[in-house]
Amino acid sequence: MTTGFGAAGMLTPLVIGDVLGALDSVGVPIPQLLQMADNIAFIALAAIGLTIIFGMMGVINLAHGEFIMMGAYITTLSVNVASIPLPVAMLLGALGTAVFGAIVERTIVRRLYGRLLDSMIVTFGLGLILTQGTRIIFGNSLQSIGTPFGNVPGYTYSGYRVLLLFAAIAVLGAVYLVFTRTEFGVQARATIQDPETARAMGVDTDRMYTITFAIGSGLAGLTGALYAPSATIVPGMGQSFLVESFVTVVTGGSSVLLGTALAGGILGTINAIFSNLYGNFIGQIALLITAIIVIRLLPDGLTGLAATIREKIGERQ
Amino acid sequence: MSENRISRRSVLATGAAGVGAALAGCSGGGGGGSEGDTIKIGVLEDQSGNFSLVGTPKWRASKLAIEEINDNGGIMGQQIELFDPDPQSDNQRYQQLTERLIQQEEVDALWAGYSSATREAIRPIIDREDQLYFYTTQYEGGVADKNVYCMGPTARQQLGSVVPYMIENFGTDIYTIAADYNFGQLSADWVKVIAQENGASVNNEEFIPLSNQSFGSTISNIQEADPDFVMAILVGNNHSSFWNQRTSAGLEIPMGTSTVMAQGYQHKRLDAPALKDVYGGFNYMEEIPTDRNEDYVSRYYDRWPDAGYANEESINNYFSIYMYKKAVEEAGTTDQEAVKEVLNGGMEITGDRSPEGDISLQGPVHHMTHNMRVMKCDAEHNITVEDQRRIPEQFLSETVGIDLSGPDSELEEQFTPTEYYDAAGE
Repeated sequence: MTTGFGAAGMLTPLVIGDVLGALDSVGVPIPQLLQMADNIAFIALAAIGLTIIFGMMGVINLAHGEFIMMGAYITTLSVNVASIPLPVAMLLGALGTAVFGAIVERTIVRRLYGRLLDSMIVTFGLGLILTQGTRIIFGNSLQSIGTPFGNVPGYTYSGYRVLLLFAAIAVLGAVYLVFTRTEFGVQARATIQDPETARAMGVDTDRMYTITFAIGSGLAGLTGALYAPSATIVPGMGQSFLVESFVTVVTGGSSVLLGTALAGGILGTINAIFSNLYGNFIGQIALLITAIIVIRLLPDGLTGLAATIREKIGERQ
Repeated sequence: MSENRISRRSVLATGAAGVGAALAGCSGGGGGGSEGDTIKIGVLEDQSGNFSLVGTPKWRASKLAIEEINDNGGIMGQQIELFDPDPQSDNQRYQQLTERLIQQEEVDALWAGYSSATREAIRPIIDREDQLYFYTTQYEGGVADKNVYCMGPTARQQLGSVVPYMIENFGTDIYTIAADYNFGQLSADWVKVIAQENGASVNNEEFIPLSNQSFGSTISNIQEADPDFVMAILVGNNHSSFWNQRTSAGLEIPMGTSTVMAQGYQHKRLDAPALKDVYGGFNYMEEIPTDRNEDYVSRYYDRWPDAGYANEESINNYFSIYMYKKAVEEAGTTDQEAVKEVLNGGMEITGDRSPEGDISLQGPVHHMTHNMRVMKCDAEHNITVEDQRRIPEQFLSETVGIDLSGPDSELEEQFTPTEYYDAAGE
C-alpha cells in the first residue's frame, strides 16, 4: 500500500506537471480537478477502515476516529522521537493500529457481535478513553511533521494532498485483491455471511473475525498515518474524519470496494465543486444534502443501485 | 422497575430541596462571599477536553500567582484557598461547577472559561448571584456587565493593532477568512470597520466551519483573488491544519491574525516554515524580549517544567489575580460589592505583576488598556516585535458610551458592532 504511494511520489515532478499542463491547455479547470482529487481521497480514506468493520462485520465502531488518531500518533512519534523515515513510520502507524485492533477484538468487541447498540456504547467509551489517555500520556498536542513534496508544479495546491488520491486507489485495490483473490478473503467473507456453515467447512471463524477487525483497524491507522503530515496532531483529531466516514459508508452501501469508491467519487466531486464555487461551508452542506438524497432514493446505497443495474443487464442477456 | 422510579424521584426531590435551601441561604448574604480565615478563589479552566491546550496554561499561571501571593504572606495576612475543579471543556459542567463554587464554596472571586460560549453559558448564574467574575480570554468585545471584568484584549484592540500595520506595509486589498461562529463573524466585522477607518477594504470574505480541516479550495480561492494580505481569524485545532497546507501549497501572501500563535502556540507545534510571514496583534507572547517578561517566563517554567507555552490568556489570569489582591487591600475587605467599587475606580498594574508591561484597568467599562504588539513569525519560527502601542478598550467606552461605575451600574448586556457601524453589517 505504501509502496504504491511511494512510487506515485516519485512520479510527481516528472509526469504530473506535464499532464496538468496538457490538460490546462485544452481548457480543463485544474484547480477544481486538484480539489476533487483531494476531496475524493479524503472521503475514501476516511471511510475505508469503517466500511470493513461496519459494512462487513456489522459493528458500528464509534472509536473509528480514535483509531485514525492512533495511526497519526504512531507515525508522528516514530518520525519525531525515533527519526524513522516517513514511509516506514506510516507503515508502523498502520501496523500498530492493526495490532491494537486485534487486541480490542479479542478482549471487547468479540462479546458484542449481534448487539448493535451495545457495541456502539462500548466503542464510544473506548474512543473517550483513547482520546483522554493520549492527552494524559502525550499532552495536548505533538510537534507536527512537515508536508512533503511542496506544491503541484505551477499551481497553489499541496502536491501531497493530491497524491493521496493515488494512495486511496492503491488501498482500495489492495483491499479488493485481499478479499476476492486470497483464500483468507474468501474464508473471511464466508464467515461473515454464514458463520455456522463456514465453521462446518473447517474455517476458524474466531480467527477470521479477529483478522478482519484488525485489517479494518489497520486501514484506519493507515489513514491517520497518511494525513499525519498534513494535519494538526492533537488527541481529538479523529473527530474531523467521523462525519465523512459514516456518511460515506451509509451512502455507499454494503460493498466495501464498490461502495467506498462510488460514494467517495460522487461525494468528493460534489464537495469539491461547491466548496470551490461557494466556500467550504456550502461544500459541506452540498455533501450532506447529496447523502440525504441518495439514502432517500436508494435505501441500499449506491451498491444497491449497482446490483440492480447488474441484474437488469443480466436479464436482457 | 416502579421502585426504581420512586427512589429516583425521591432523590431528585431531595436534590431540589437542597438546591433550594442553598439558594435561600445565599440570597440572604447577597453574594457577599465568606468571612473565614482564608480568601477563597475559584478557578475554572479546562485541563482536559477540546480547550485543554489553551486552558491548561491559564490554570498554571493562576496557580503560580496564587502560590506566589501565599508565599509572600497572602492577602492582608490571609492565605488564598484555591478551588479548581476541571470543567473538562464542557459548558454544562461549567454551569454546575459555577453554581457549586458560588453556593457551596462561597468563593470571593471567580475566574472561569476559555470560549465566549462558556462565558455566556455561566453569565446568567454570575448575574443571578452577583458574583465577582474575571473573564480572561481575548474575545469579540462588547460585554458590559456589572459583575464581569474582561481582562483580555477585545477583537477591536487586537485587530486595531495588526490591521493598520498590515495596511501600511502591504496594501489595501484585504481577504478575510474567519471561523464560522459568533467570535469569527464579529471579528470579521471589526476587520471591515478598521479597514474602512484606514482607507482599505475587505474585498473577499469566507467563513469556515470549525469542523473544517481541508483548506484546498480556500487556498486556491485566495491565490486567485491575489489580495495584498489575508486576515486569518482561524480558531481551534482543525483550523491549525490550514498553516501546513498553505505552506505546502506555496501560498506566499502575508497573513495577519488575532487568534493564531499567542493562544495555541502553533509556531511551536507546527514544523517551520508553516507560519512564515504571519503577523499577529496580541497583548502577550512568551517571546516578548523584556527583562520583566524573561523573569516571569523563567518563574513559570521553574514551577511548570512540562509546560508547553505561556500563552496570551495565561498572563491575563496572572496579572488579574494580583489586581484582585490590590483591590481587596484597598477595599480592606473581601466583600464583593466593596471590591467591585474599588475596581470601578480603575487601577494601574505595574512591575512584576504584569509581564506584558504596564497596563491599566478602565474601571467604568471593566476592560483593560493593553500593551498591544504586532508580533511577526519568520521562516524559522522566530518571533519578533514589529510594533507596540498602548490601546484602550474603545467600543464600550467611546462608541457606545458605557459607565458601569455610574449610570449603567445595573447593566448585564453584550453590545455588537453591527448596531453602531454601517461597515460591519455589510
